[in-house]
Amino acid sequence: MKAARSEILANVRSALNKKDIEIPSAVDERLRAHAINTVPARVSGADADRIAIFIEEAERASATIERIKAPKELAGAVTAYLKSIDEEQAVRAAGHPLLKECLAEQTILEVTEGPSDGTDTVALTAAFAGIAETGTLVLCAGSESPTTLNFLPDTNIVLLPEVSIVGTYEDAWAALRQTMGSGVMPRTVNWITGPSRSADIEQTLLMGAHGPRRLHIILLADS
Amino acid sequence: MRSTTRNFVDNAARGLADDKLQAALGRLSQGFPVKRLETISRLPEFEQLRDDAIAIKRHTLENLDSYLERYEENAKVSGAHVHWARDGDDAREIILGICRDAGAKTVTKGKSMVSEEIGINEFLADNGVEPIETDLGEYIIQLRDEPPSHIIAPAIHLSGAQVADTFKESHDELDADRDLSEPRTLLEEARAILRKKFLAADVGITGANMLIAETGTSVIVTNEGNGDLTQTLPKTHIVIASIEKVVPTLEDAATILRILARSATGQDITVYTTYSTGPKRADDLDGPENYHVVILDNGRSSLLGGEFEDMLRCIKCAACLNHCPVYKAIGGHAYGWVYSGPMGAVLAPALLGLGETHHLPSASSLCGRCQDVCPMRIPLPRLLRQWRRRWFETGGEDTKTRLGLAAWAFLAKRPALYRPLMAIGTSVLKLCGGGGRRFPILPRPEGGSFVDQWKRGKR
Repeated sequence: MKAARSEILANVRSALNKKDIEIPSAVDERLRAHAINTVPARVSGADADRIAIFIEEAERASATIERIKAPKELAGAVTAYLKSIDEEQAVRAAGHPLLKECLAEQTILEVTEGPSDGTDTVALTAAFAGIAETGTLVLCAGSESPTTLNFLPDTNIVLLPEVSIVGTYEDAWAALRQTMGSGVMPRTVNWITGPSRSADIEQTLLMGAHGPRRLHIILLADS
Repeated sequence: MRSTTRNFVDNAARGLADDKLQAALGRLSQGFPVKRLETISRLPEFEQLRDDAIAIKRHTLENLDSYLERYEENAKVSGAHVHWARDGDDAREIILGICRDAGAKTVTKGKSMVSEEIGINEFLADNGVEPIETDLGEYIIQLRDEPPSHIIAPAIHLSGAQVADTFKESHDELDADRDLSEPRTLLEEARAILRKKFLAADVGITGANMLIAETGTSVIVTNEGNGDLTQTLPKTHIVIASIEKVVPTLEDAATILRILARSATGQDITVYTTYSTGPKRADDLDGPENYHVVILDNGRSSLLGGEFEDMLRCIKCAACLNHCPVYKAIGGHAYGWVYSGPMGAVLAPALLGLGETHHLPSASSLCGRCQDVCPMRIPLPRLLRQWRRRWFETGGEDTKTRLGLAAWAFLAKRPALYRPLMAIGTSVLKLCGGGGRRFPILPRPEGGSFVDQWKRGKR
C-alpha cells in the first residue's frame, strides 16, 4: 500500500498548494513544545481545592468515594464496601506496589493478583492520577496495572493517593511525561469517569452497560 | 454501505408518518440539547475552548501531510502497523487481509461511523468473517439490519418494545416468554450475550476520535466500555481513522475532549477515554499482540483548500443533528446514508457526489441552529447553500424548479407587481391553509406582510 500512502500525501499537498515535502520546523516545534491551550480556572488556580472538586465531580459521574488516612486501612474499607453491596470478600488485584504495601498484613480479604479473564467479580487497582476537573481516574497499562481489570469485573475499586490528584487534563499529561519521558506513552492510558453506562434504549440512562456496574474510589490521605 | 439518498423525498415522507419514530424524536429534544446547556453552563471557558479547538484544527489541516507523517512515524516506533487507504476498497482489503492473517472467525467492533462509511460489516461477512457490533445501539441495529439513524445514538429511532421484539426474534435460544418490558432487562440480555462474544473474538475493530501526532496514539471515547473490551481482549486490534482525525499534541487532544462530550451527549466527559499506543509490550499482562491503524482518505483530501474545507473540522459530536428542526422531524434514516442531519447533508455530497445526494442540502430551513451549536463553528448553512448553488450551476435542478425560481426572481425584482401578488397569495392561504383546511401542510398566515407592518410603523 506504498502507492496509497504517496498518493494520499500527494493529494493533500497539492490541495494545500505545497510544493515542498519537507516537514516545516513550525510543526516539529509545536510537537516539542506541546503548549497548553485554555484550561478551566476552577481547577488550575493556586488556591483550588482539587481534592474537594475531584470528589464532587466523580460523584456527579456516579462514582462512590471514601477517604482513608493510612495504607493499613485499605483492607477494612474494601471489606466494608463489599459487605455493603453484598459481594464476597474476594478481589482480583493489580500487582501494584502501593496495593501490596496496603494489603501486606491483612487477613480478611481473599486477594489474587493478575489480569482478569472475565470470571472475577471485583477488581482492585491503583490509579496513576486523578483529575479534579471532571473527577477522572488515570490508569496506565503495565505490569502493575492490567487493563482487563478496569473493564471485566462488575465492581471496580480504585485506590488513589490524594497526592496524585491534579487539576486539569494537561496536569495529568505533565505528570505522565515526568514519569515516562516526553513523547512516550504507556500502551494504554485509560481515563475513567464513573461506572459504565448506556442510554441507547429510549435514552434511558442505565449503569453497567459492558464495563463495571460500580466504580468505588478510595482516596488515601498524604502521610 | 449503500446509500438510499436518492429516495430522500419518499424516505422523509415515511419518517413524518411513522408514529414510533416521531415519539423517539420527541424524546431526543428533551435529552441531549437540555443536558448540553446544563454542562456548558458549568464551564465558563467553553467559548474560548471552541476558539482554541478551531485554531488547532485549522493549523493541523494547513499542515495535514506533515502531521500525518509524524503520527505514522511515532506510531511505528511503538510497534504499530500503519496502513493507508485511498478509498473504501483499499480499506476493506487491508482489514480483510489482517483478519485473514489472524485466522479470524469473529470480529468484535466498537462504534465507528467510518467503518459504516466503508461498509466493512457486509464485506467481512461475505468473506467468511463474522462482524459483531458491540455498542448497544449498533448491536440492536445490526440485528435489525438497519443503518444507524444518528451518529452517536444509532438506535435512537427505536422504542423499547421494538428492541424487545428484535431480541426475541434474534436470541431464539432464550425462553420466548421472558419479560423484556424494561430497558434494564434488555441491557442485561445484550450484556450477557456480548460478554461471550468479546471473550471469543479474534480481532477487534474500533474507530478513532483522534490520532495524536506527538505520540502516535489513537483515542476512542465511549460510555459503555465496549470499545475497550473490543480492543483489549482479542489478539489483534485494528483502528480505522480518516485523515482529518489527526491532532498535534496530547494538550490539543485535551482541548477537543473538553468540547466533544459536552456538545454531544451533554456529559462533561465520556466515561471512558482511551489512548492506545502500539501493541502489548514486554511487561504487559494483557492487551492485543498486534495493533494496526488504517488511515482512510475516501475523498477527504479533495475537500482541503476548497470551499468545503471547514467540514474537515467536524468532530462527529452530533450537536447539529440534535438541534436541527429537519432532522428532528424526519429522523436520520431519511438521509439514506451513514451521516445525517446538517453535517450529513454537507458531508454526503462531498463523499458520494451531488447526483446521489442533491436533495440533502435542500432539506434545511437554513435556520442556523446547527452553526450556533457546532463546537467547531462550522458554517453549515453557508456550506449547504454552496451545494445548492453547485447543483443549480451544473444544471441539476429540474425544469419545474428552474422555472419557479426564474418566475420568483422576475417578480422579486419588481416590487410593484410582487406586493399585490403577495397580498392575494396571503388571502388565499388564510382561506385554505392551516390544520383542517384544504392545504393543512401550509401554515395559515397571521397579520399582514412585513412590508405592511413596516408601513404601519411597527418596527
